[in-house]
Amino acid sequence: MAVGKEIKTKIASVQSTQKITRAMEMVAASKMRKTQERVMAARPYAKKMSQVIRHLAQASSEYKHAYLSERDVKRVGIILISSDRGLCGGLNSNLFRKFVGQLKQWNDAGTEVAMASIGSKGEGFLGRLGGKVLGSVTHLGESPSIEDLIGVVKTMLTEYDEGKIDRFYIAHNDYVNTMTQSPKIVQLLPVYTEELEEELTHHWDYIYEPDAKDVLDQLLGRYIESLVYQGVLENNACEQAARMVAMKSASDNAGTLIDELQLIYNKARQASITQELSEIVAGAAAV
Amino acid sequence: MSMTIHVDIVSAEASIYSGLAEMVYAPGEIGELGIAPRHAPLVTRLKPGEIRVDTGKEELDFFISGGILEIQPHVVTVLADTAIRADDLDEAKALKAKKRAEDALADKASDIDFAKAQAELAEAAAQLQAISRLRKTR
Repeated sequence: MAVGKEIKTKIASVQSTQKITRAMEMVAASKMRKTQERVMAARPYAKKMSQVIRHLAQASSEYKHAYLSERDVKRVGIILISSDRGLCGGLNSNLFRKFVGQLKQWNDAGTEVAMASIGSKGEGFLGRLGGKVLGSVTHLGESPSIEDLIGVVKTMLTEYDEGKIDRFYIAHNDYVNTMTQSPKIVQLLPVYTEELEEELTHHWDYIYEPDAKDVLDQLLGRYIESLVYQGVLENNACEQAARMVAMKSASDNAGTLIDELQLIYNKARQASITQELSEIVAGAAAV
Repeated sequence: MSMTIHVDIVSAEASIYSGLAEMVYAPGEIGELGIAPRHAPLVTRLKPGEIRVDTGKEELDFFISGGILEIQPHVVTVLADTAIRADDLDEAKALKAKKRAEDALADKASDIDFAKAQAELAEAAAQLQAISRLRKTR
């Protein structure tokens, strides 16, 4: 049967696609758990650091660091954190849309923007977008290390130190739950100190070794790095969750397609049998 | 019971140790520090070396490749670095990131071609699906 064979091949091909999407779904599910654990493991460091910085802000320090004081905004820097791979639904495009919206706002306000990217999807996007790209790093894998991020963060911090940018942001996806990931743009510099409340009853200060400037320099640098690192981890968790959901719906769609094709095949088969029968009966009657 | 001080050793990638100690020894930048409970508040950079935590029962050793030490009268916090750090090393990494961005920009054309091809492929797939649906309803 010629018609039946075509449909059979089609069913087989959809089935093999479904096998792939199902495997990817399961892989993403197991990776998602691991990435979430990593996000949890990174939290204490950033939390401890913000505690120390809060202490420093409260303590009557004789030295005011540039990272802690606001200045007029003429130029801003932003790092776009995206995934390295596709097949994760609208995850990256949602983030890029939000990013472009923010860029437009800055353009309207006459603010210049310097950009950098983490992840190859973002790198490609910034390339297509045009504009000033300061740094880029890709292929961090599922377990990124701080070491990979130092370079790209350093380029931004140097710009800030030299007064070439007055604010520093990161754009990444925030993990809400498995079904929901929300793109977010967060300001890292100057460090947001408004919520630091005065709790101390008396004035005191740390003993600094070797001196306040050196210690604060290093501490704030590390703090910013850890925040970017957290952004990368969050984005990773989002990527796996989004991929899992996307692959699940792809498998489901393949399932319905197979059902429909099977129905067509059965109908065609039955039609050809009926036709043969009626031909035989007609032939017998003629004899 | 003797006095104790709470010790937290954390790195950006994991929490390494958290617990009580009678005495903590750390490699400060300008000299080895011995920290007993109710030490004066202090912040210092750490050199690569060993942190020893004396819990009274046993002595625990942790190797760190640098970091920052914060002392409050009842809490010691070690913010350990995971990477080996030096200013010129950081500089080299920054340059690498910069170069990578420039290369990507120079490579723009091929990327656009790829994006375009991808878009065309998606369109073709959608057309195929529409055709198969039409066939089915007929």
